[in-house]
Amino acid sequence: MRRMSWFNITSLTLGFAFLYLPMLILIIFSFNESKLVTVWAGFSTKWYGELLSNGAFLDAAWVTLKVAFLSSTMATVLGTMAAIVMVRSGRFAGRTLFSGMIYAPMVMPEVITGLSLLLLFISLNVDRGVMTIVLAHTTFSMCYVSVVVSSRLVSFDQSLEEAALDLGCSPFQAFRLVTLPIIAPAVISGWLLAFTLSLDDLVIASFTAGPSATTLPMKIWSSVRLGVSPEINALSTLMILIVTVGVVGASLINKRNVVRQRREEAAAAKLA
Amino acid sequence: MRRLLIAIPFVWLLALFIVPFLIVFKISLSDLAVAIPPYTPTLDPADGWAGFKHFLSQLDWENYVWLTEDALYWKAYLSSLKIAVISTLLTLLVGYPIAYGMARAPEEWRAMLFMLVILPFWTSFLIRVYSWMGILSQEGYLNQFLLWIGAINEPLVILNTNIAVYIGIVYTYLPFMILPIYAALEKLDISLLEAAEDLGCSRFSAFWLVTVPLSKQGIVAGSFLVFIPTIGEFVIPSLLGGSRTLMIGKVLWEEFFSNRDWPVASAVAVVLLLILIIPIVLFQRNEQKQREAGK
Repeated sequence: MRRMSWFNITSLTLGFAFLYLPMLILIIFSFNESKLVTVWAGFSTKWYGELLSNGAFLDAAWVTLKVAFLSSTMATVLGTMAAIVMVRSGRFAGRTLFSGMIYAPMVMPEVITGLSLLLLFISLNVDRGVMTIVLAHTTFSMCYVSVVVSSRLVSFDQSLEEAALDLGCSPFQAFRLVTLPIIAPAVISGWLLAFTLSLDDLVIASFTAGPSATTLPMKIWSSVRLGVSPEINALSTLMILIVTVGVVGASLINKRNVVRQRREEAAAAKLA
Repeated sequence: MRRLLIAIPFVWLLALFIVPFLIVFKISLSDLAVAIPPYTPTLDPADGWAGFKHFLSQLDWENYVWLTEDALYWKAYLSSLKIAVISTLLTLLVGYPIAYGMARAPEEWRAMLFMLVILPFWTSFLIRVYSWMGILSQEGYLNQFLLWIGAINEPLVILNTNIAVYIGIVYTYLPFMILPIYAALEKLDISLLEAAEDLGCSRFSAFWLVTVPLSKQGIVAGSFLVFIPTIGEFVIPSLLGGSRTLMIGKVLWEEFFSNRDWPVASAVAVVLLLILIIPIVLFQRNEQKQREAGK
């Protein structure tokens, strides 16, 4: 192994400084006493207090969590089904269209997705609110879930499923008892991905939410457009903290599972 | 059972992805009207076949003609393309050295570095863009710092210009550029570089003649992953750009929410999609080539 050159060390240091410094500054200044966000006036947690007593933010956070939970759960079910269809179903009429519909929403500009869904809801005379945002989020995030799950399905040994069928399982039992436990880590990461995509979305939610529902990104948007605010800094800090704990935790659990799975597979290989 | 498995996701996507798009296309052929919904004609199934024919005869390409006549739209499409091209190149320039450094880092560091690149991607996009507002504004941290070290005498105007838009795009899309390049560089066999150096290449020409061509697929994939979403970007030009920053995503939003001209907004969306089809198809081909090479 070559030692790392100075060039590599410098580019990594500068690169990660660029990625993390803006968020670090945001976190530091969320503890700023002053209302003037760019001037430091001493340590204080008062903006967190103001944030937590601001009913509009709490309501928006609750709506966002509801939308994210419902849409990611529905997207996980639909996306897993779509992944099984893509990997296992062989040829059927409309397969090209199907795979096109799985990939297209991921590259579609959000403004177009949002606009088209809004026009659909309007022409069907649907009341817009939490449910329409859930439908919109489910549609684009199921595509991400299906990509994550199908990459796991491709690599897994189909003969295990066939063995279960030979031993008298119904196809559904074989799926529940054999396939699902094996693809579970991918299904869980798909769910997490769908959940964060939904938490994060501003554009599609703005189009599809009626006047009755406001999500947290929409609330942040309307106050950020007027300029930097200490309350938003505090909110950002909380969100960064939650995501960091979640991602680091998930990757540790995942790492443990992978190690365990490898060990089990190695043991099974020895027996065979 | 199998049919049901195919049918459920199929019908879902048909109803919530294809049909909405057909509606957009239909409304792009309609006229603006002072009514609810604010366009005409509307289709009423009760009128039967004659009503449908009348409905068809009312549709026209007027909104598309309007898009070619009004300079605002042309300029917005062109400036979106320009901003997307420049920021893709900038992201490549910033991202390549980072990916390179990661691929050359000791093996036990790599998982950690990989996670550090992914982590911002899970953090709210809106917040990451917002974090630059405080840095780039007139009395922001960057200007304070530069004034303090004496590099400038007067604060620079960066926020609400295209420069701020470039910074925002490079910052938020950097992980999309780093990851594919890192994946390509990590597979690269170091002995090839040693061979090139043994054969008399300087370090730089070994990099240029061996490393860069072998990471081409990663560079292409990363560039598309930045370029495609940037064209329709709305949040970054609205928060960091100024009134003179023209991007088509922002124009579409304003056409819809401020001018309430749904037919023109729909026509803008259809043209944007037509422009995007070319890079999307090229990107898919590149991915397929990569998959076939991997087999």
